[in-house]
Amino acid sequence: MSNSEARRFSPSEIELDRRAFRLARKRKSTLVAFISTLAFAVFAWFALVSSPGWPRVEQSFFNWETAVEAFPAVIDGLLLNLRVLFFSAIGVLVFGLTLALLRTLRSPIFTPIRLLARGYVDLFRGLPLIIVLYLVGFGIPGLRLEFLGRIPVEVLGTVALTLTYSAYVAEVFRAGIEAVHPSQRLAARSLGLTYGQTMKLVVLPQAFRKVAPPLMNDFVSLQKDVGLISVLGAVDAVRAAQIEVAQFANFTPYVVAGLLFVLLAIPTVRAADYVTNRLAKREQAGGVL
Amino acid sequence: MSKSVNELGPMILNVKGVWKSFEDKDVLKGIDLEVYRGQIVALIGSSGSGKSTLLRSVNLLEEISDGQILLNDVDIADPRINQDEVRRQIGLVFQAYNLFAHLSILENITLALRHVQGLEAEEAKTKALALLDRIGLLEKANEYPDKLSGGQQQRTAIMRAVALNPTLLLLDEVTSALDPELVSEVLELIRDLKASGTSILMATHELSFARDVADWVVFLDGGVIIEEGPAKDFFENPKMPRTIEFLQRLRRRAGEQ
Ligand SMILES: Nc1ncnc2c1ncn2[C@@H]1O[C@H](COP(=O)(O)OP(=O)(O)O)[C@@H](O)[C@H]1O
Ligand SMILES: [Mg+2]
Repeated sequence: MSNSEARRFSPSEIELDRRAFRLARKRKSTLVAFISTLAFAVFAWFALVSSPGWPRVEQSFFNWETAVEAFPAVIDGLLLNLRVLFFSAIGVLVFGLTLALLRTLRSPIFTPIRLLARGYVDLFRGLPLIIVLYLVGFGIPGLRLEFLGRIPVEVLGTVALTLTYSAYVAEVFRAGIEAVHPSQRLAARSLGLTYGQTMKLVVLPQAFRKVAPPLMNDFVSLQKDVGLISVLGAVDAVRAAQIEVAQFANFTPYVVAGLLFVLLAIPTVRAADYVTNRLAKREQAGGVL
Repeated sequence: MSKSVNELGPMILNVKGVWKSFEDKDVLKGIDLEVYRGQIVALIGSSGSGKSTLLRSVNLLEEISDGQILLNDVDIADPRINQDEVRRQIGLVFQAYNLFAHLSILENITLALRHVQGLEAEEAKTKALALLDRIGLLEKANEYPDKLSGGQQQRTAIMRAVALNPTLLLLDEVTSALDPELVSEVLELIRDLKASGTSILMATHELSFARDVADWVVFLDGGVIIEEGPAKDFFENPKMPRTIEFLQRLRRRAGEQ
């Protein structure tokens, strides 16, 4: 192999000049961004601290001692939220997917089932979550079904969350299923795959990829909404904070609980961004996904 | 026309008086058509003449409104028949979007081998790799469809159907979405398949290919067969005015390009 073949091209004067300029421009804009962010933060900080009510607000919302005192109870409560989150997320995936699949059935025999699934989705997308929580949380025990025994409130909360979120997630899945090109389904059937195999092996894997970003957004919402089970009296992070608030006559425990929820959400939010970006890149590259 | 069985081999497909209506629109109006083993039958006709509807009906992706479709003498339009079983025996390749976007080229081929034919993973892979080798795409085995050219995608899609050893292969304008320079590699593959004995019913706009390779040509217009015959006769000596007009129009368009 000759030398000239092995060597890569060396950039021309013009190109080197362009690169130097781009680098300088990038440095400059980074610097500008940094300075303006800093200036804004300093300004906001002084505006807050110099406001007449700040000392009182600081005392009742950002009190370090109270935060430390309340922390263990709030963390304990958060573990309950995590348990509820885990089970409702699984419930939502299974039930939401089932609803979506029922809505895609074409044959006239399934018309009643399809209509039922649609009615369900309409109903639970419209009902405020808090009302579903009350209806399930106080309604089901009110039925006095002996064989069920005493159902713990966190289980009732999980059921209510699952019922509501399944309606949203069913719509997300349905959109994903419909976004798969119809030829893909026909191609699968023409190979002799059954309806079920076609769904499982061809349509759903593609639909899942398409809906990953909206699905993760719904998961972020669910992460916050598990805090609402406190209205049923479950001692979760929010309820634990409320108890501490009453005890210390100070609102700091709410801030602690809030920050913990934010910390919980950040990884999911980042992951959702990452997945969304990656899918967008694939689309731009001319991919069919 | 004389078609003795000795000359032609057994009849694979016999379409008898097939009608297809969508709502109140008749798309196929009494189609009769035969495919004998090892033959290529070319369906030609302008867009909207019913070619795709006919091919989809043969593969039971559409339910016909009347008539019979006999595959090896069994009426597959009979609702009592297992449709998945029938589709296993008939391959179908479309203009585009054939390959499963979430699977590699290799997985595209092994999917049906494993889940329809029930082969073991290793066996399916060996078979798929041999097929990919045959079309010169062995080194693309682990690529995803969007990394392949249109011609490579279509050849893979055809091989995926061939992998199941179909009794009959249906091709619906498989070259129509391709850039002109990619058309010939796909046509070359179809020629090879015929040489190895595959029976093919194909809708196409490639007139010279149909003339050279097809055994029988059928001209469809408005859901009716206007004229048909052995390929050479058909193109050299078309009889019906509509056939003549259609051929002239297509040739003019091909000439312009
Ligand atoms: N699912 C459908 N519903 C209603 N009309 C259809 C449907 N599929 C095809 N058609 C109509 O049938 C006619 C023939 O279409 P097609 O078989 O795709 O023709 P070709 O493949 O020859 O272009 C067209 O007029 C088309 O609009
Ligand atoms: Mg067509």
